[in-house]
Amino acid sequence: MVRKIRTWLAVSMLVVLSCAAVGAQQKPTPNEFTPMSAEEQASEVLPATPFVFTAYAIVWLVLIGYVFVLWRRVSKVERELLDVNARLTGPGSRP
Amino acid sequence: MRFATRLVPPLLVVAAVMFAAAPFVIDTAPYESSMGLIQRIFYFHVPVGIVMLVSGLVCGVASAVYLFRRSPVADYLAVAAAELSVVFGLIVLATGPLWARKAWGVWWDWDARLTSTVVMWMVFAAYLLLRRFGGPGSEVLSAAVGLFGMVLSPFVYWSVNFWRTLHPKTSVLPTLPSPMLGPMLFCLAAFFVLYVALLFLRARLASAQAALEQAYLSVED
Repeated sequence: MVRKIRTWLAVSMLVVLSCAAVGAQQKPTPNEFTPMSAEEQASEVLPATPFVFTAYAIVWLVLIGYVFVLWRRVSKVERELLDVNARLTGPGSRP
Repeated sequence: MRFATRLVPPLLVVAAVMFAAAPFVIDTAPYESSMGLIQRIFYFHVPVGIVMLVSGLVCGVASAVYLFRRSPVADYLAVAAAELSVVFGLIVLATGPLWARKAWGVWWDWDARLTSTVVMWMVFAAYLLLRRFGGPGSEVLSAAVGLFGMVLSPFVYWSVNFWRTLHPKTSVLPTLPSPMLGPMLFCLAAFFVLYVALLFLRARLASAQAALEQAYLSVED
């Protein structure tokens, strides 16, 4: 019985200590708001340029890549078609 | 079909020239008052979105023609339009979040426009998967999927007017000031020229693949 109580006490202490440790890590709730400095404010604003450049780059890359791949696929299939047609109409083919 | 494929190289050249000029044309447009520089994504994002919706309609109409008349050319156009819907949809779904992150503060929001666009993109991706792995006779089933995708196009377009969304409404385009409207129309024209060229080129590929399949069957016989 005593052993059980000891175990429960140990677990409870562990939980309380963990909660206290987490609480200590959290920032205290501010009692008043203070304005941000100009330098801090500049670092908070998300710059638009990387987003615009990335968006335009995606458009260009996807379209150029697609045109390239499509052109290669067309060339490959048409070449294969010519080969098969040559086999069909060649000297060894059946009438 | 042969005449259409002859148009591909000149159309690609015209599109390339227009895309080379596009940054200079877009540069003439003023910054939007609330969004600033990030609104420049609009000049590519919106035309690509419109082309994606039009491609969905083309796929649906071509699928309907194939279902009723069994025209092979309609089938080639349907496959081409479905693939282009997926490609242009990919661009819309990649550029939209980049704009949203800066303008709304989030990459994504499950609102009506964004969600319906993803659903439409997945329908056309399913169309392509069906064509690739469906086996013989998948043309008819995929044509039905194409029709379903076409029905989604107007739904995607008007979804912003029916539900409250973060996405701007359709009223933005008609009320666009002329310094912004000019560059937008220029980019729209460039994307349409490119779209027509790619549609013909992809349809030519589908036609060549069908001819190759037929030739292999003749060799086996």
